[in-house]
Amino acid sequence: MTTDAPPEGPAIEVAGLHKSFGDLEVLKGIDLTVRRGEVVCVIGPSGSGKSTLLRCVNLLEQPTAGKVTVSGTEVTDPDVDIDRMRRRIGMVFQAFNLFPHLTVLGNLTISQRRVLGRGKAEAERLARAHLAGVGLGDKESAYPAQLSGGQQQRAAIARALSMGPELMLFDEPTSALDPELVGDVLAVMRKLADEGMTMLVVTHEMSFAREVADRVIFMDDGQIVEEGPAEQVVTDPQHQRTRLFLARVLDPAAAEVKEVG
Amino acid sequence: MTPRKRARTMRGAQYGVLLLVAAVLALTADWGEIRRAFFDVEVAKAQFPEIITTALVNTVIYTGLGFAFGLALGLLLALMKLSSVPPNRWLATVYIEFFRGVPALLVFIALGYGVPLAFQVRVDKLVTVMLALGLVGAAYMAETIRAGIQAVPKGQVEAARSLGMSHGRAMISIVIPQAFRIVLPPLANELILLTKDSSLVYVLGLALEEQELSKFGKDALNDYRSLTPILVAGLCYLIITIPLGHLVRRLEAKAARAK
Repeated sequence: MTTDAPPEGPAIEVAGLHKSFGDLEVLKGIDLTVRRGEVVCVIGPSGSGKSTLLRCVNLLEQPTAGKVTVSGTEVTDPDVDIDRMRRRIGMVFQAFNLFPHLTVLGNLTISQRRVLGRGKAEAERLARAHLAGVGLGDKESAYPAQLSGGQQQRAAIARALSMGPELMLFDEPTSALDPELVGDVLAVMRKLADEGMTMLVVTHEMSFAREVADRVIFMDDGQIVEEGPAEQVVTDPQHQRTRLFLARVLDPAAAEVKEVG
Repeated sequence: MTPRKRARTMRGAQYGVLLLVAAVLALTADWGEIRRAFFDVEVAKAQFPEIITTALVNTVIYTGLGFAFGLALGLLLALMKLSSVPPNRWLATVYIEFFRGVPALLVFIALGYGVPLAFQVRVDKLVTVMLALGLVGAAYMAETIRAGIQAVPKGQVEAARSLGMSHGRAMISIVIPQAFRIVLPPLANELILLTKDSSLVYVLGLALEEQELSKFGKDALNDYRSLTPILVAGLCYLIITIPLGHLVRRLEAKAARAK
């Protein structure tokens, strides 16, 4: 799809990443490598810095220190054309962030046309293919407000895919959804993983992490506490903090009683 | 007294006061004089068709030109106020404070007489009107548009940037279109205010065919020794502003559907 850099080496390489907001240090030295085609889930309590880590990969947040390399190009290099790099990095947000003034088709074609310079016909053909892929083939002329949350998030995934990205970042993609709508979005993400897409996913969906991810990373207090094969981290965590977190997430009612008592 | 009874009594009292005021006005005014001065049918008829074909049309043209220029300048000022370059912000702030605080009449005089003197050029009257109305309108519209841009959720810019759009492209394709939907009602208000401010062109000295509604009405008042033309001119303003209000409500409803 793109000729910017040779597709070799790891998809994402994070080294010594620090990020502070004022006096608050959110990331305290993160090292992380995501191989091409790998699906990595990041879990952890809120405020642990996992979303910030994700947002540092495509430089929506400017790291305070450290290096982030995507497909061999250092995105933290001040001289890098970040707009050009972001075309290759799809991002899906917790709040969907579809453009409300455009139809679903318009949402999928606007950057293809304005950023990649594709013609109208080609952009629409690709957009329709991706909409069909997420099960929204009949919604192209709807406005985002006319869609359910689950449909909006699937449209947002299709929007990112229509740029032909090499990897996808998901920032708590199902956290804003009603429980009965989560499944459709996870199914789309699972399909994407099966097709070999490189994915870095911040999520609270433990079953998704266990079944789909190759690797799970547990973050707490701005640091990676534990990482390993998905099955192992989720079902047999080595660290006390991971165990506490998982107990709380998997059985919230029981954990609360313990805390109070 | 129960709350329900008290509410009914209060309502009754308000109607009573309203009726009393209306009655006092109706009984003390000299209706014969009012009819002679404002409702002279012959004088009213004599205003047509020129009050429409010349005056109303000129009012619309002057306002339209001023609004178009003001909107463009207002958008530029709004972007300057949000700029990361400090001098841009200072310049915009000074401009807005100045033109918001100075009467439009003075701007008309300064432009109409000052610019030709200063630069030894003859400026077309339409251009002068457009500049004067636009300069004043832009100061108000800039603040409105800036608020609209800031009301667009931050996630919209993040989504646009993460799709590879530059900051400028994200502004043009994503933020500004949404900002304008948000500020449509206050912008329409500006347009209605400008429609009335367009009456200030009289200070530039107008030929017959250049007259707009207010000047036309005032001249006719002198010619006919009757206040009727003023009433007709006033109604003509409403012909412009009331449909404008309706149009805005329809656009708002349409924008709400797409939200």
